Amino acid sequence: MTAPLLQIEDLHVSFSTRHGLVEALSGVDLSLDAGQTLGLVGESGSGKSVTSLAVMRLLDRAGRITGGRVLFRGRDITRAGNSDLRQLRGAAMSMIFQNPRAALNPIRTVQDQIVDVLRAHRRIGGREARSTALDLLRAVRIRDPEQRLSAYPGELSGGMCQRVMIAMAIACEPSLLIADEPTTGLDVTTQKVVMDLLAGLTTERGMAMVLITHDLGLAARYCGAIAVMERGLVVEQGETATLFRKARHPYTKRLIAASPTRNSTLADLAQGAPPPAAAAVRRPAGTGALLEVQHVVKTFSGVAAVDDVSFRLAPGGSLGLVGESGSGKTTLSRMICRLIDADRGDILFLGQSIGAVPAREFHRSPHRREIQIVFQDPNDSLNPRFAAFDCIAHPLRRLEGMRDGAALNDRVREAASRAGLPDDLLGRYPHQLSGGQKARVGIARAIAPRPKLLVLDEPTAALDVSIQAVILQLLDRLRREDDIALLFVSHDLNVVRMLCDQMVVLQQGRVVEAGDSRSVFEHPQAAYTCALLDAIPAFRSAGTPGPGGADRRMTCGAGSAVGRLSATPR
Amino acid sequence: MSTAVAGRSSTTGHVLFVLRGNPLTAIAAVGIILAIGLAIFAPWIVPYNPVASDVPNALQPPSAAHWAGTDQLGRDIFSRLVAAARLDLFIAASAVSVSFVVGAAVGGFCGYRGGRLDRWVGRFVDVLMAFPLFVLAMALVAALGNRMENIIIATAIINLPFYTRFARAEVNVRRNLGWVEAARACGESHAAVVLRFLLPNVLPAMAVQISLNLGWAILNAAGLSFIGLGVQAPTPEWGIMVAEGARFITTGKWWLVAFPGLALMLTVLCFNLLGDGLRDILDPRMRT
Amino acid sequence: MNTLAGIVRRVGWRLLSSVPALLSVVIITFVLMRVLPGDPAVFFASGPNAGEQEIAELRHRMGLDQPVPIQLLRYLGDVAQGNLGRSLTTGQSVVRDMRQRLPASLELTCTALVIALLLSVPLGVVAALRPGSPVDHAVRMLCTLGVCVPTFVSGLLLIYVFYYLLGWAPDPTARLDIFAATPLDITGFYLVDFALAGDWSGWWAAFTQLLLPACTMALFVLAPLARMTRASMLAVLGSDFIRTAHALGLPRRRIIVAYALRNALLPVLTITGIVFSTMLGANVLVEKVFSWPGVASYALDALLGSDYAPVQAFVLLMATIFVLVNVVIDILYGIADPRVSVE
Repeated sequence: MTAPLLQIEDLHVSFSTRHGLVEALSGVDLSLDAGQTLGLVGESGSGKSVTSLAVMRLLDRAGRITGGRVLFRGRDITRAGNSDLRQLRGAAMSMIFQNPRAALNPIRTVQDQIVDVLRAHRRIGGREARSTALDLLRAVRIRDPEQRLSAYPGELSGGMCQRVMIAMAIACEPSLLIADEPTTGLDVTTQKVVMDLLAGLTTERGMAMVLITHDLGLAARYCGAIAVMERGLVVEQGETATLFRKARHPYTKRLIAASPTRNSTLADLAQGAPPPAAAAVRRPAGTGALLEVQHVVKTFSGVAAVDDVSFRLAPGGSLGLVGESGSGKTTLSRMICRLIDADRGDILFLGQSIGAVPAREFHRSPHRREIQIVFQDPNDSLNPRFAAFDCIAHPLRRLEGMRDGAALNDRVREAASRAGLPDDLLGRYPHQLSGGQKARVGIARAIAPRPKLLVLDEPTAALDVSIQAVILQLLDRLRREDDIALLFVSHDLNVVRMLCDQMVVLQQGRVVEAGDSRSVFEHPQAAYTCALLDAIPAFRSAGTPGPGGADRRMTCGAGSAVGRLSATPR
Repeated sequence: MSTAVAGRSSTTGHVLFVLRGNPLTAIAAVGIILAIGLAIFAPWIVPYNPVASDVPNALQPPSAAHWAGTDQLGRDIFSRLVAAARLDLFIAASAVSVSFVVGAAVGGFCGYRGGRLDRWVGRFVDVLMAFPLFVLAMALVAALGNRMENIIIATAIINLPFYTRFARAEVNVRRNLGWVEAARACGESHAAVVLRFLLPNVLPAMAVQISLNLGWAILNAAGLSFIGLGVQAPTPEWGIMVAEGARFITTGKWWLVAFPGLALMLTVLCFNLLGDGLRDILDPRMRT
Repeated sequence: MNTLAGIVRRVGWRLLSSVPALLSVVIITFVLMRVLPGDPAVFFASGPNAGEQEIAELRHRMGLDQPVPIQLLRYLGDVAQGNLGRSLTTGQSVVRDMRQRLPASLELTCTALVIALLLSVPLGVVAALRPGSPVDHAVRMLCTLGVCVPTFVSGLLLIYVFYYLLGWAPDPTARLDIFAATPLDITGFYLVDFALAGDWSGWWAAFTQLLLPACTMALFVLAPLARMTRASMLAVLGSDFIRTAHALGLPRRRIIVAYALRNALLPVLTITGIVFSTMLGANVLVEKVFSWPGVASYALDALLGSDYAPVQAFVLLMATIFVLVNVVIDILYGIADPRVSVE
């Protein structure tokens, strides 16, 4: 057997912080053969990015490799000098990052940046450099490559920037490419296109790739092997199929369970949690609608953000608003919450027009209490000057006029416990809480005044999958037990399928498809829905053989739809 | 609640941590307290009457009797320095408080509301800030008359754009955050959101601005009196003292200029160091 | 080509949109000056015993007996024709006075700005490349001290040290020694005129005379420029695209100069505009300290003497220079940053 291309042995990395040295990696072992693709999977803080930065020796000033070896083609990189490193980087191993727009120099043309890389590693004349750059842009399948050469990154979309980034990374034909969350921040459909491109290029050129991702499904779809990291250690490494079939480490099992697949249900996601009787009394949808949105239009500086959208939501029902960025789903949710006014159309709540009440007056409306909202990013959804208790008490004080005392205490504690927030956290300030805890405070605040409708704006988008699973179950239970209707805004079709009965798919402010969740999911009509569906990375968990890729059972002309979508420069 | 106490002690810990890395902040704070003390107790501290002339003893270099020497009329420079601290600090403090209150209100309101009004105010403030503000202050004092109130008003006006801009920017980045919208979902009106939620959150950051601006305001007031606008001659004031001493610098009488200059410099330095220190304490990136 | 068109459009728009601002400056200063205490007619009458009649006649000649709106309209008409009135102190037309004195002020300000930029940008870059090092602390301390010393104090102290103690600098009054020959008036900038005439000893004399006031002013604006350079350089060095450049093995020099510095200079450019107008204000103080015959000291004398016309003209001049400087900065920014012309 030949020596592996990259071998990491007992790698330790520490960061110096004001609390002394903090160990980020405590003995990572990994190996990767030439031409192999390895998915490095883990939740935030597991050390997967630190590992890749340590391999490239790109750790910032505070970080230091304190032990272990990184062998690249048998040579220890941890001892390499600066000029040796410079020659390795870009030529032998390259790296691409998340947020491609920021990863490119904003005031240098695409051509100049590619040529910079070429010139850094070989002597090359101006004309040859230009034609090489052009070839590279063709290789990453950028449309009109001649024109793109003179473009600045600001003129390109996120997906295009990532392609340029890839072109730069492969310019000097490295044998190893490290991709650190290369699709995070891109739209779902763009994600797929970029990943397909990466996969194609690695096979074509025989490059090895390390794909760092928090998304198990993505790794399963594109990688031959997977290494799972938790708290600075690789807890398990193996071939993708084997790993999914018989995961050994409990953390891997938990992670696999928490990652939603096409056919998982909420109950599957959190292993060990008491099964919330799936067959529980599903209230027959009431006759009158709780919420009725009628031909709502909202225009921002001439562009219709929401364009003639209508739907109904029954009391205690659940409806998912699905769409990518720019679909108008967030604007719509703000209008329903009466935080902003619609330009046209009406919003009925229990048969009464709340759309007629101006948003700036709505805080006095009796319906204010009944419509509450949970925000996307738990980090900025809590007032930094309020302790968790005051946060949850705020709507009770304002909307129910409650005074400090036992009654208020009880209500806050009740809401907190409904949201799964332990009592002893109530005195803490937001910066002393974790992301998941903050999300729970946000939910507790929203359910404290016992609303009839809860609007959820991507409440789990910023959370790790294991926490997402728990939060989704919590929301489902609230709906069943407290009879709160849910309006769930998300870009993730799969999550919406699990949580919601009804689904409305939005594209550029318009409804492209609506209906029963299951039927939309299984028999999508619109091409756009198909594209969204196809972009869901999938894998088979325990028992079913074969990793991702094969799992395509599209029921409509998905291929052509995707082709059309990916051809439009996004 | 025990956790609340833990929260507070971690804040203290954070302050101590920053101070350890930047002990100048503490020194600056002590310096400012000292200056304020001098200003308050000036009449009881000064060894000589700051306005009484003693012509036979004119232009004496620093000595044991006159720590900072005497000026062209034989007045004790040290006494005049201490007496001037009162005036200069008072001018700066009143001017900055006026501009802070007005600027925070206008900026906060505009930043939250957004829209056309906000854009106009923003553009106006930008233009005003880039205009030679000292010239503006000169013109204002000249127009309103050489009185202390008018120096305060002029200084307040030229400080105003900084606060307006700052409050506007800070409120603007926060107005679409989840917790602000959540406050509205909790039944708060727009006005309540600005006054009770946004401004208190912006306040700590503005404290930095206040500290930096106090120094700047002192320099401006002194500059105005240096060119003969504002406070008039016999009154002890740092800028006037420098102006009077300027005539004697080419003959080597350095103390007439150096000591008031030093007083100005140290005061402003203390305010600036304190401002920098406060910024470090408040900077969320310094927190873990 | 596209960039150029974008810049032209932006410059045109800037100039157009500055017209209302300039107009309001004219009106506001006019009104301000009218409420100035003191009656210029009394001030300029032949003597303290001037009779009522003489004063009334003066008022009439100066147009002071007309209602303020009429005076304003007349004034606006004059301004439109390039007539800024007559200074009562010098007895000459303000435009002429200004023309004589403006080069002195501009020469001083521009020299100071060049000195400040030449010092502050390298200092800021060096500090940012080694954050937390002694160099960095030294630069930070220098910046903090720089803003704390008022120009009128630092100017006087420089005179004390370099003129009185060391004797290196010439007598700190005016642009040239009184007995030295002034150069042929071509541009009004002594350094340029001497150089054009090939009179290098004269050039040197003018240069040494200029150095002290220019350094005084440069010292004052060194701090904001160096601070901004350091901060923006630090921010750029920490940004994603610098990490990308490292990850792809670009040479260090190239990363620092072509990637980091070029991006870091953009905010410095913006602040240079603000700094320039601060310097216009600081001119008043520096010109007074060094008896520099510039527009600011001229306006100050007029202001103290209730002489309206020069003050109004001065404020208008400042506003115009301010607009022009911003246009220049805009053009430079448009060239340096492709994102601007895209929008």
